Amino acid sequence: MFNIFKFAARNLLRYKRRTFLTSILITLGVVAVLIFVSVSGSFKAMMIGQVTDSMLGHLQVHHKGYLSSIDSLPLNLNLNSKQIAKVKEILDKNDAVKAYSMRIKLGAMFSNFAETTNVRLNAVNPEQEIQTVPMLADRIIKGEKDGLLEKGEILVPELIAKGMKVKIGDTIVLVATNKDGSVNGQPFVVRGILEGISGPGGRDGFIHLDDARALLRVNDREISEIAIRLKDMDQMNKVFDELKDQLGSFKNKMDKPVFELHTWEKLSPFFNIARMIDLMTFFIKIMLVAIVLVSIMNVMIMAVYERINEIGTIAAIGTGPGKILSLFLVEGFLLGVVGALIGIVISLITIAGMNAAQLSFDFGRQKGLLLSPTIASSDVLMVAVIVIAISVLGSLQPAWKAAKMDPITALRHV
Amino acid sequence: MTLVTAKALEKTYIAGDITVRAIRGIDFTIEPASFVSFVGPSGSGKSTLLNMIGCLDPPTNGFLEVAGQEVTHFRSKESARFRGDHIGFIFQDFNLIPVLTVFENIEYPLQMVQNWPTGKRKQRVQELLEAVGMKDQGNKFPSQISGGQKQRVAVARALVTNAKLVLADEPTANLDRETANRIISLMKQMRDEFGTTFIFSTHDSKVMKSAEKIFTLEDGKLEQQANGKDSPKNKFTFSGVEAPAWQGARRANSRAI
Repeated sequence: MFNIFKFAARNLLRYKRRTFLTSILITLGVVAVLIFVSVSGSFKAMMIGQVTDSMLGHLQVHHKGYLSSIDSLPLNLNLNSKQIAKVKEILDKNDAVKAYSMRIKLGAMFSNFAETTNVRLNAVNPEQEIQTVPMLADRIIKGEKDGLLEKGEILVPELIAKGMKVKIGDTIVLVATNKDGSVNGQPFVVRGILEGISGPGGRDGFIHLDDARALLRVNDREISEIAIRLKDMDQMNKVFDELKDQLGSFKNKMDKPVFELHTWEKLSPFFNIARMIDLMTFFIKIMLVAIVLVSIMNVMIMAVYERINEIGTIAAIGTGPGKILSLFLVEGFLLGVVGALIGIVISLITIAGMNAAQLSFDFGRQKGLLLSPTIASSDVLMVAVIVIAISVLGSLQPAWKAAKMDPITALRHV
Repeated sequence: MTLVTAKALEKTYIAGDITVRAIRGIDFTIEPASFVSFVGPSGSGKSTLLNMIGCLDPPTNGFLEVAGQEVTHFRSKESARFRGDHIGFIFQDFNLIPVLTVFENIEYPLQMVQNWPTGKRKQRVQELLEAVGMKDQGNKFPSQISGGQKQRVAVARALVTNAKLVLADEPTANLDRETANRIISLMKQMRDEFGTTFIFSTHDSKVMKSAEKIFTLEDGKLEQQANGKDSPKNKFTFSGVEAPAWQGARRANSRAI
């Protein structure tokens, strides 16, 4: 086998310029794919991280029917304490769950004593919320980040803060209607201004869970949703299936499920953008396959055509068709290996350079996001395998032609 | 005991409506360690006959035995294996592999066809390099040596596997007179040294004379068998240079050895 590799390598070096140009083409394809995968992957991971780590968590549990009515923030579809206890029991037993946060979602009137506007609020337990969405504190663009908030304090969304001209330390009043229709108001001190992000809940304010219960005059310890953070996001679908089975076993008197469980993908429209990125990556890979296939086939067809007489010679002196096939397949394989290796090295250096250069970009209203492209070894391996496999595949037809060549016809070839 | 036995051997080519009977039922035998030449005008069937003996082209009819084995109905894989084991080839255009050195060209059949172990292989190649007078040229590439030297390498490559039979179609056609004589002498010397049978075709009446047995072909029939001294030089006219079937039509510049 070593002899075949040595012979194939010599043949590749026979036409140095052609081999160089083909390798360059493959290399450029590999670099383009790996850089795209790393940058788009970084962008995707950053956006998903923003969505899950500062807002939604990885999974959410609601009362059945809550999500379809979420725009009106219905209080009559909250989970009661008995139901919460059941969910807590399941979550506490699941090792994949890192943290979870109980939330009441409510709408209220926001008054600065001069003007009034509507505000959507998340009432949270700060300790639970920090554990579940650790990047939420980073969205506080003004005010104290540590501890998120205390009772009697509010994190005001940036747009409302601007529109209502409120500053840190100002007192505002929230007026809310509870599920029985009675109205109650309560003063809050502005603790921080919260940066808005794209997606549902991205422009919500935050208050303490106990304050919400007081404001809404809720006696029971009811909540609207439970946001769940997993130890490993890659396990999300597996954990989702487990929890869905467990939660699905709870039925109401009408034998309908009590709970509904959703992944962040179902809750955020960004999932569609993430899918678009995946689709683009797929098409970029298809282009790489096409580049490699066309360039390898072209070079190998030429190689066979130029060496017909030589093929006749080696066939005449007893080289079997299998060995002739191997010779050309190995040439294609080596071209693929060289192109892929150089491409991977250049890509990794480029990615490291991009990280060192600390490139930033804007996404919607979010400015100066730091681009930190990374590439998983599985992606590198996959691209290398694709390139090498396609190189061998591209060589197959010319190699087959060479192997099946009649020695007499080949020797007659001028 | 014969090395090659042909009985009622026929080869017919059919291309569309045209049927060409290249070999028309010939019989002959060739003994081991002989030095035989096939001669005849262009289109007489010399190359076709050599192709059949060399298991490159199967006969249409008849019986053909080479090295004690009937090869008449060989399939392509069997033919390749048989060629690798028993037959050496010398080509008019030398047909050395340009990316391999002289040493590696000679080594090729042992390495890629017969899978000899490295040490034994190297030793055998060295023996052949010495035998053909190319001892110091092993590291050169074919592009760095003369036409005569290339043909010496080709002779060494044909003999390296201990082939019982070496077929050479117009082995001197691309060489000048002096070089041609040296190559024929070398082939004879190799025959004497290794006991290998050499069968070659030629147009050259002087080269023809060096054969110990001459078969004259005309229109696919065996017209005459003669000893070298009685070569049928006036029997037919050699007009132009035939492009034998298993040789490229390129004509390398021949240089003195």
